[in-house]
Amino acid sequence: MSDMPRLETPLLEVRDLAVAFDTDGGAVHAVNGVSYALREGETLGIVGESGSGKSVHVLAMLGLIPRPPGRITGGQVLFRGRDLLTLPEKALRKVRGGEIGFVFQDPMSSLNPGMTVAAQIVEPLRIHLGLDARAARRRARELLDLVRIPNAAGRLDQYPHEFSGGQRQRVMIAIGIACRPKLLIADEATTALDVTVQAEIVALVQELKREIGMAIIWITHDLGVVAGISDTVQVMYAGRILERGPVDDIFADPRSAYTLGLLRSLPDLTRGRAGRGRLRQIEGAPPDMRAPPPGDPFAPRNAYATPRCRTEAPPLVQAAGAAPGHLVAAWYDLPAILAREAEEAR
Amino acid sequence: MSGMDRDAAALLPPPSVAGGRAVTLPREPGMLGAFWRRLRARRSAVVGLAIVVGLVLMAAFAGWIAPYDPTATDWGAVRAAPSLAHPFGGDEVGRDVLARIVYGARASLGAGLVSVALAVSLGLPLGLVAGYAGGWVDGAIMRLTDALLAIPFLILAIALAAFLGPSLTNAMVAIGLSATSTFVRLTRAQVQAVAAEEFVEAARSVGNPPWRIALVHILPNIVPAILVQATLTIAAAIIAEASLSFLGLGQQPPEPSWGAMLNVAKNFLDQAPWMAIWPGLSIFLAVLGFNLLGDGLRDALDPRART
Repeated sequence: MSDMPRLETPLLEVRDLAVAFDTDGGAVHAVNGVSYALREGETLGIVGESGSGKSVHVLAMLGLIPRPPGRITGGQVLFRGRDLLTLPEKALRKVRGGEIGFVFQDPMSSLNPGMTVAAQIVEPLRIHLGLDARAARRRARELLDLVRIPNAAGRLDQYPHEFSGGQRQRVMIAIGIACRPKLLIADEATTALDVTVQAEIVALVQELKREIGMAIIWITHDLGVVAGISDTVQVMYAGRILERGPVDDIFADPRSAYTLGLLRSLPDLTRGRAGRGRLRQIEGAPPDMRAPPPGDPFAPRNAYATPRCRTEAPPLVQAAGAAPGHLVAAWYDLPAILAREAEEAR
Repeated sequence: MSGMDRDAAALLPPPSVAGGRAVTLPREPGMLGAFWRRLRARRSAVVGLAIVVGLVLMAAFAGWIAPYDPTATDWGAVRAAPSLAHPFGGDEVGRDVLARIVYGARASLGAGLVSVALAVSLGLPLGLVAGYAGGWVDGAIMRLTDALLAIPFLILAIALAAFLGPSLTNAMVAIGLSATSTFVRLTRAQVQAVAAEEFVEAARSVGNPPWRIALVHILPNIVPAILVQATLTIAAAIIAEASLSFLGLGQQPPEPSWGAMLNVAKNFLDQAPWMAIWPGLSIFLAVLGFNLLGDGLRDALDPRART
C-alpha cells in the first residue's frame, strides 16, 4: 500500500486493520480495513469526525483499547518490521512510551492529579531507559526545559493542578518524547486548548520533530492544524480512508466529496467578503456502524454518489490526473463533476 | 430470632459512601492544608474528632486515668451509688464503674480498629484485583463476596465462639470478616471509576505494567473513599463488639467491656441504674464520634464540595 516508490522500508505499515466493539446492540465496526505507510520522520495528519475510527485505530495498534468489548478483527501493523498486533503484551509495553510516544487530547485529565510532574515524566525514563532515580530526575528537568516550561527545576515537584492547560500539554509532550521515540502519536493534542496556545503547541512539536527526527501521526478534526503541520493528510470516514495525499494537493485538489465537504465548511479568510458567505455543512449524519452501508460509506450523504457507490466499496487508488501519491476511494470523478457544475452555473 | 436479625442488619456498615466518583488524595502540603480547613469548617466533624481523640487518649492512658484497678473488688462498694470515692458508682461485686469504663474503652476501640483493619486488609486487595483485572477473576471474587454477605453475622460469631472459644480476639475476627465484603465492593467500584480516567490510559501508554498502574496510579486515588468508609465502619464495629460482649461472645469476665457491663447491669436496672447508664452512654458517644468524623471526612474529601 505504499504510495511512493522508495527503497527504504517504512517505519510503520498498517495493513487492512479492522477493529470492532461488541455492544448489546451488536458489533460496532469502528475500523474497516485501514492501510497506509509512514516513512521515518514523516508527519501524517489524520482528519475525520468523531467516530471515524481515527483515534481508535491508533489505540488498537498499541493494544490500548479495552478488550473486551474491543476486538481487532483483522490486519497487521508492522512497526520497524514487527507486527504489533501479534506482539506479546510485555514486548508491546516496551514499544509504548519507548519507541512510540503518545500525547492525549485532554491535558486536564491525562495527568495523574495525585502525582508530581517529575514522578510522571520519570516513568517512561525508568521503564524504558532503566535510568536510576537521580539520572531520571535530571533528564526530567532537561525535558521540561525542552518543552519550554520556565524555571523547570523549580516546577518538577509541583502537581498538575499548579500548571495551566497549555503547560500541562507541554508536560504531556515531555512524557511523550522522553525516550526520543521514533514515532509520536498526538491524539487531538490541541483540541482542548485555546487557539493561541494551540499555535504554540504546534510550533513546539515541529521544533521537537526537527530536533529528535521522529515521525508524527497527528490526529485531529481541525483542518487548519493539519495544514500547518503535516507532510501527508489522510481523511477518514466510518472507519475507512477516503482520501490520502500530500498536504497541498489535498487542500488544492480534493478528490473525495467528503474532503470537499470538509473544506467547504471552513471559513476562508483569504477571500475577503467572498469567503464570508454562509458556511456549507455536510447534510445528514454518519452511518450506524453496527451495520455499515455496503458500498462507499459516505454515499448516503453524497449528492454526487453514483449507483455503484451504494453497492460496492471503492478501493483506495491513485487519483487520475492528481499528484503522485494522492489516493482516493471514490467511483465518481470529482474534478469532472465540479467542472460540469461550474459550466452550468455560467 | 427476628429481633436478632434486625440487630444483625444494624451491625452491617452503611452502604457505599463515595458514590462512583473518584476522589483525589491530597498529598501536597497546600492540599492537605485545604483539606484540614474544610474539615475544621464543619463543627460536627470537629466534635466527632474531639470525641474520638478523647476516647483514644482515655484508652491509651487508662492506667493513669482510672482511679482503681478495673478488676479489684471492694465489698463496701457493691452496687454503691456514685460518690466522691466512686464517681460512677460501684458494680455488683464492688468494682469501680469509672475504672471499668476507662479500661473498657480499650476493648471497644481495639475491637473497632482491629476488626476494620482486618476487613480493609482483606477487602482492599481483593477489590483492587477484582476491579482492575475484571473478567472471570472479578466474577470469582464477587461471588465469594456475595457468599460472605450471605453468612449471618451473629451465626458466624457464635460458630467461631463455639469452635475457638469465646474471646475478644474471636469477636474481632467475626466482625472483621463480616465487614470485609463492604470493602471489596467499595474498592472495586472505586477502582473501576478511577481506571476509566484518562490518566490511567496515559499511564498505560508510557509502558507501565499493570501492577504498577494498580498500585501507583489507582490505589492512592481511592484511599480517601476507603478512609471514610473505614471510619464509619469502626462505629458499626464498636456496636458489634458491644453486642457480642453483651451476649457473652466477646470480652470475657472479669476483663471490662462496655457490652459485658450492660449485660450484667440489666439485672440491677432498678437498684443500680448507673451500672447501665455509663457503659450505654460510652457506647453511644464512641459510635457518635466515629460517625460524625466519618461524615466530616467524606465532606472534606469530596472534590465536588471544593470551597
